[in-house]
Amino acid sequence: MDFLRPASWEEALAAKAEHPTAVPIAGGTDVMVEINFDHRRPEYLLDLNRIGDLSEWEVGEKTVRLGASVSYTKIMENLRAELPGLALASHTVASPQIRNRGGVGGNLGTASPAGDAHPALLASGCEVEVESLRGRRMIPIDDFYVGVKRNAMEPDELIRSVHLPKADGPQQFSKVGTRNAMVIAVCAFGIALHPETRTVRTGIGSAAPTPVRAKEAEDFLAAALDEGGFWESGSPIPPSVAKQFAQLASGACNPIDDVRGSAKYRRHAVGIMARRTLGWTWESYRGNERSAQCA
Amino acid sequence: MAGTPTPRAATAPARTPTNLTQGGKTKAGIGESTLRPDGTLKVTGEFAYSSDMWHEDMLWGQTLRSTVAHAEIRSIDTSQALATPGVYAVLTYDDLPTEMKNYGLEIQDTPVLAHKKVRHHGEPVALVAADHPETARRAAAKIKIEYVELPLITDEASATAPDAILVHEGRDDHHIGHVAHPNIVHRQPIIRGNVAEARKRADVIVEGEYTFGMQDQAFLGPESGLAVPSEDGGVELYVATQWLHSDLRQIAPVLGLPEEKVRMTLSGVGGAFGGREDLSMQIHACLLALRTGKPVKIVYNRFESFFGHVHRHPAKLYYEHGATKDGKLTHMKCRIVLDGGAYASASPAVVGNASSLSVGPYVIDDVDIEAIALYTNNPPCGAMRGFGAVQACFAYEAQMDKLAAKLGIDPVEFRQMNAMEQGTIMPTGQPVDSPAPVAELLRRIKAMPLPPEQQWLAAGEGADVRALPGGLSNTTHGEGVVRGIGYAVGIKNVGFSEGFDDYSTAKVRMEVINGEPVATVHTAMAEVGQGGVTVHAQIARTELGVTQVTIHPADTQVGSAGSTSASRQTYVTGGAVKNTCEHVREAVLEIGRRKFGSYHPAWATAELLLEGGKVVTDGGEVLADLVDVLESEAVELELEWRHRPTEAFDLHTGQGNGHVQYSFAAHRAVVEVDTELGLVKVIELACAQDVGKALNPLSVVGQIQGGTTQGLGVAVMEEIIVDPKTAKVRNPSFTDYLIPTILDTPTIPVDVLELADEHAPYGLRGIGEAPTLSSTPAVLAAIRNATGLELNKTPVRPEHLTGT
Repeated sequence: MDFLRPASWEEALAAKAEHPTAVPIAGGTDVMVEINFDHRRPEYLLDLNRIGDLSEWEVGEKTVRLGASVSYTKIMENLRAELPGLALASHTVASPQIRNRGGVGGNLGTASPAGDAHPALLASGCEVEVESLRGRRMIPIDDFYVGVKRNAMEPDELIRSVHLPKADGPQQFSKVGTRNAMVIAVCAFGIALHPETRTVRTGIGSAAPTPVRAKEAEDFLAAALDEGGFWESGSPIPPSVAKQFAQLASGACNPIDDVRGSAKYRRHAVGIMARRTLGWTWESYRGNERSAQCA
Repeated sequence: MAGTPTPRAATAPARTPTNLTQGGKTKAGIGESTLRPDGTLKVTGEFAYSSDMWHEDMLWGQTLRSTVAHAEIRSIDTSQALATPGVYAVLTYDDLPTEMKNYGLEIQDTPVLAHKKVRHHGEPVALVAADHPETARRAAAKIKIEYVELPLITDEASATAPDAILVHEGRDDHHIGHVAHPNIVHRQPIIRGNVAEARKRADVIVEGEYTFGMQDQAFLGPESGLAVPSEDGGVELYVATQWLHSDLRQIAPVLGLPEEKVRMTLSGVGGAFGGREDLSMQIHACLLALRTGKPVKIVYNRFESFFGHVHRHPAKLYYEHGATKDGKLTHMKCRIVLDGGAYASASPAVVGNASSLSVGPYVIDDVDIEAIALYTNNPPCGAMRGFGAVQACFAYEAQMDKLAAKLGIDPVEFRQMNAMEQGTIMPTGQPVDSPAPVAELLRRIKAMPLPPEQQWLAAGEGADVRALPGGLSNTTHGEGVVRGIGYAVGIKNVGFSEGFDDYSTAKVRMEVINGEPVATVHTAMAEVGQGGVTVHAQIARTELGVTQVTIHPADTQVGSAGSTSASRQTYVTGGAVKNTCEHVREAVLEIGRRKFGSYHPAWATAELLLEGGKVVTDGGEVLADLVDVLESEAVELELEWRHRPTEAFDLHTGQGNGHVQYSFAAHRAVVEVDTELGLVKVIELACAQDVGKALNPLSVVGQIQGGTTQGLGVAVMEEIIVDPKTAKVRNPSFTDYLIPTILDTPTIPVDVLELADEHAPYGLRGIGEAPTLSSTPAVLAAIRNATGLELNKTPVRPEHLTGT
């Protein structure tokens, strides 16, 4: 196994072009586990740790450009206001040691349906910046996950950053595990209210072959909120609407029975999380609306 | 070479927050909370575990394990592995050097390497030694094994079917004569009184069928050791184990060496909990070392560790209890079916415990009990903290709650009404002849203040998810959360039972070094984290009046200490250390009498003690300094010590004085359940336990909290999941075999009782296991209380709580 250590992004792209089978490694929290257990033995490891830019983030007017290697700890500590959903999801990643090493780039590269960042990324409507010697492109998160542990990247591409819209409304993230900390997801749910566009976006983890959005649930809710004038009035969402939203979120799942949980439980739990997180975000939205009106 | 660091005598005593009686006058003697010599090293990561050992020129051993659970081996082709550069040896069954090719704790039914057949997933088939662990792993992967799969035995029905394939053919062990089928390892019935008659007096009868999942010891230091060939043709083995001499007895015959040529030294042990009673890599490393003439180290990774040791027996338990309407238990019938897996390990003794303790700490005169262990193609099961008593306690405590509910009596009161006490006759006919404060323990936990409600609101600003079910996963801010409270109490035996010669040996030396009297304590006791090294030094200080005590590393150059199991080491090896110290003290006093007897009449007439480095009378008068008594003489004795003998249980009636001592603990669990998501947060697990005498109060509280947490684990998360269709383990990793984190571990207030057992050294009671028993049923009772669900299986999964 050869260990490639590019000193710059350009060198990294060149190395990846020359060795498309090279496995990029940053925090190593996924890759090293696989190597230690001999589950994979890549010909080349491409170490990205010398490329400082990958661990930087930039808060712009509308978006946050999050370097692929920015650690979950950094996200929790620095981007809670701009990326509340992702910050909540980051807090559920493994242990403090792993959160100090791992970043969103790894979750995206591995593209496991159990990756904790995915539901929040889907709900945010972000874009993934990938690049190769051939050029740079932005992949909308909706197009990123293409199969079980497969993403839309070409073999010569590397993930440089994720461009996330700054939260324009409340966001939430919930994850079920059979332990109260340091646990892999049985299933997870992310939600983001987007008052500016009067839309709602969601993300579901570990309940389908890939991370997915609950598209029907989103559309239903957006329509219900719109028709009822809820965005303007800030009135409580009727339980019937929340219930329907939860059912549709459940319906968006396509889970399996495995050692971590039954398919039936996953569907059930996603519905509960959808209802609860909707409640929390909407309460928060109402609270903000009220204080805005008072001011 | 790095080995186990020599444990040093602790010098800084620390008081435990619990108010326990102080020990003798000697500083850091018994009753004091002296600190562990290995504590700081372990916390700072500097402690040398057995996996940290290194030897110049050493090779790495690798085990190749079966990928199927039950199959004939048609062929093994090792040629490609042998041809791999860096490989020094590849061994299979055909390379075993003597006629002895099996080992086992009681029944030698476990092949060192599989012969013609594998009986469970992960069974060792071949060994490789190479100059790099990676090379060894890759070479092992090149060994080609042709399997022809056989039908699987996975449960009682498939095991005992008339045409069932036999897991072991041609059994000739001493249990085969009294079992109904060769796929049953051992059966122990206990019949006492007349259940049919007593049943007629019952106003209410409750029945239940309970399932206990397969728990793993999940010790943090995986199996590892280093075998170094010696010039005399023997081998030095440095290993993390629970009982050096039991290992030795099994290793030497397979190697074809006399026991004195297999010299074993305990190296740093990272926990055991029963999982190191059976051999793992010991023989394998020795075989490779003797074959290659080089030191060989074997370290399992976590994945292999799940296959490298036995687990807690999963069990099905069928219970019937009756009671009169005024709350008196009339009778009990039960049948306990333990899945022993492919090899016997400790199954026979686990059967003995499960049956003899199946009534629990209650008075029931009329009982009809049967416990069996099966041979199946599931992973082998054997010793784990609580040893058969855990499974029974889970079931009988659920029954107690059902009875209390049916009778409309408070569950604690109902238990107290039927609680055993000193003088109660066990179902085996054995009288309980030391304190059995069952009702008092229950009274104490019930009287403890309850934790405040809705603690997640305490922070003020939103919900503190750490105090809620789901914790940091942020699944509820209080929605769906219901509190429940549950109680349980249990009984565990202490020491090896059923007539086993359960002795220990201690060698103690006393001499003057640098002008100070020093005691050296040498035993073969395996320090696996229980704190024996601390306690031995305390005993030596108390008995010999010295400050400086050296604990010699445990090895086989001294007689057997027995196993660090069955809550027995403080009792038995502690007893042996005390006994040898007493004889050493007598010898020292004899020297004193010889030298100074003529100067003071008290040497002949008074009761003499050793205190503060001096010989003193029981009235406190100083007769001499130990330094002057001993001068350049050293007193050294090695003595065996035994507790009261026990008897075998009758094979038909189960009668017999089978146990040494009993240990009791009671728990109150307070849980909060997210009833919609089926997630549980244990808020508090209060424990009251009688320890007889707390030799080290801080360690006592630590043991109780640890046992309590291990019981919590199997209540809500811990289970090795075996696929019934393939008998393969589905979750051999810490990603999918979950153990409690600190956020899952509740506050554990501990109330320690010290009612002396006059038969035991210092009146002490073995304490390590009892808290593991009642913790699990208390949590289950609390979850039932919160949800109203019946919950007959542990661990409880979200699916069980949500009907999904």
